[in-house]
Amino acid sequence: MKNLVYIFLGVVFGLAMYKAEAASWFRIYEMFNFDSFHMYGFIGTALLVGAVGLQLFKRYDTKDINGEKIVIKPKDRSIVRYLIGGILFGLGWALVGACPGPIFVLLGAGIWQILIVIVFALLGTYLYGLIKDKLPH
Amino acid sequence: MEVLLDPWPWYVGGALVAIIMLMLIILGKSFGFSSNFRTLCSVFGAGNNCDFFKFDWKAQRWNLLFLVGAIIGGFIAVHYLSNNQIPEINESTVSRLHELGFKSAGKAYVPSEIFGQLTTKNLLILSVGGLLIGFGTRYAGGCTSGHAISGLSDFQLPSLIAVIGFFIGGLLMVHVLFPLIF
Repeated sequence: MKNLVYIFLGVVFGLAMYKAEAASWFRIYEMFNFDSFHMYGFIGTALLVGAVGLQLFKRYDTKDINGEKIVIKPKDRSIVRYLIGGILFGLGWALVGACPGPIFVLLGAGIWQILIVIVFALLGTYLYGLIKDKLPH
Repeated sequence: MEVLLDPWPWYVGGALVAIIMLMLIILGKSFGFSSNFRTLCSVFGAGNNCDFFKFDWKAQRWNLLFLVGAIIGGFIAVHYLSNNQIPEINESTVSRLHELGFKSAGKAYVPSEIFGQLTTKNLLILSVGGLLIGFGTRYAGGCTSGHAISGLSDFQLPSLIAVIGFFIGGLLMVHVLFPLIF
């Protein structure tokens, strides 16, 4: 039953990404040219709804279904890993026109060439795992 | 029904993504899609020779199910909820793209110049793009879902730095490298 909930949430995610066009290469290109409000509105709405929701969770001391107090794990302090890692990801995001979620949405949409992106994203992750101790974090 | 078949407005997409994030938190999980790349590496046995992939990946099964759902969602969106959806991008974006040689701009969901024929050039574009996405997201500890949505809506500074990085990279690619690539 719980498995179905995750699949269902994934389906809604896939629909939202495709239908609101966050999975479109053209929308990403347009965003990086500051030609349209579309993607900024998309991310902005998500931030607004997300931030209000999280604040409400905090105010009302909401527990998750396991009865645990909701805490968003704070990310490790660093600048270099977020900046360099972020830049590398940004380069790929703009080139392929899709971030990790939409990549899989596009696969479902029948853009089979995206499989190449998936295979190489796995290789990229593996490469990071191999050399991570040599990288500044 | 027409409302569902038409393109969904950005505020519907954005709100749905935030609601999904909040529901995952209620379920005791967190919204972060690129973690699946690490999990999949582990599933394929990368933990045998690299400690970074030596973890109990079964605990991440829920996120793989979410990934499967995302694929199904893409399938449903195209086959049952669209009439050949084409993003109505800005006219100046279209002419900019025409100049770069993207004739499919304004006529397709993704450019046929990249996702059409699998030429050597496109193979390079897709594989280098994939490498950058896989390496970059793990180095930065997250992608658009983990940093730009989850982290920023919790006002976390590391996520802001990561998102600034995303934009530096994206702007560099589109404005500096695209004229050299296309």
